[in-house]
Amino acid sequence: MPAGTLYRGREGMWSWVAHRVTGVLIFFFLFVHVLDTALVRVSPEAYDDVVATYKTPIVALLEYGLVAAILFHALNGLRIVAVDFWAKGPRYQKQMLWSVVGIWVVLMVGALYPVLGHAVREVFGS
Amino acid sequence: MATPTLDKVEAESAASPYITVTLRIRRFNPEVSDEAQWQDFRIEIDPKERVLDALHKVKWDIDGTLTFRRSCAHGICGSDAMRINGKNRLACKTLIKDVNPEKPITVEAIKGLTVLKDLVVDMDPFFQAYRDVMPFLITKGNEPTRERLQSPEDRERFDDTTKCILCAACTSSCPVFWNDGQYFGPAAIVNAHRFIFDSRDEGGEQRLEILNDRDGVWRCRTTFNCTDACPRGIEVTKAIQEVKRALITRRF
Repeated sequence: MPAGTLYRGREGMWSWVAHRVTGVLIFFFLFVHVLDTALVRVSPEAYDDVVATYKTPIVALLEYGLVAAILFHALNGLRIVAVDFWAKGPRYQKQMLWSVVGIWVVLMVGALYPVLGHAVREVFGS
Repeated sequence: MATPTLDKVEAESAASPYITVTLRIRRFNPEVSDEAQWQDFRIEIDPKERVLDALHKVKWDIDGTLTFRRSCAHGICGSDAMRINGKNRLACKTLIKDVNPEKPITVEAIKGLTVLKDLVVDMDPFFQAYRDVMPFLITKGNEPTRERLQSPEDRERFDDTTKCILCAACTSSCPVFWNDGQYFGPAAIVNAHRFIFDSRDEGGEQRLEILNDRDGVWRCRTTFNCTDACPRGIEVTKAIQEVKRALITRRF
């Protein structure tokens, strides 16, 4: 029997779901980010210790995920602005979504080396 | 000359167009159980027939307790909106061949409204939101002695939203409405749009004020489920966006 009462929405619905998910993820990052940055007020040494634990390949991978979430949220945010303020926006929402995904993929490829380069050198050595 | 024609008809009917289809219907009867459950029905049907015909076959020949709404059965009354294969559609406008009959076709009640029995939901909240936007002509001053004239351009402005049949396919496809039934929903906004942008109407300000509410147009998250679901092809999200922009610019 189908599990099913999931609504089979199309691009618009899934872009909204992705927008929500990336938004929540970014919120959690900001929460941690505010906390660790505030640590510098407590003691600069403690701040240095905490930031030093971030210099691992796993955190680098998380950073790449953060780049992915922020890029999608930002680009899709522009699409939503266009949907609301550009008279032809609702009619071209699908094309705009695929443009967002295209630009996102290009930027993610571009972010590979700057974000993950150091971690790759660390793991595989050079 | 009649004989050849008859021969042809007989030859065609020899190859039966009927196929066996599994109809998987979400049944709910509060007098029997609090839980809804899926029930399969296997029926012989011409794939060029509609899902509504399949439901009729079940109700008339197999299980008379199957409950669903339908009136005109031709896509005008808006009674038989239901979720077919996970999407809101009118059963009377959906052909069997278009919903992948090789696999079981799932039929459920529309989402976000209380299910009363099987495919019948309580439409009262939906129609209350519709009434709340005052879907009738509001004018000031003396009544004209003749009809209220309007240019074709002015009529064109709101043509899209006059097509609504109040089937609730859009409102019950909206994730915001599922989570909070207080939201006016796409259908009510579409019907407000129909009068807000009507050059003969003078109640636009009032309607915009109603839709400026926290449960009004600003709840829209532009998921486009409503536009995809509308059996009349109304660009629902576009209409909502136009109301939003009218609220910002106060030009309509």
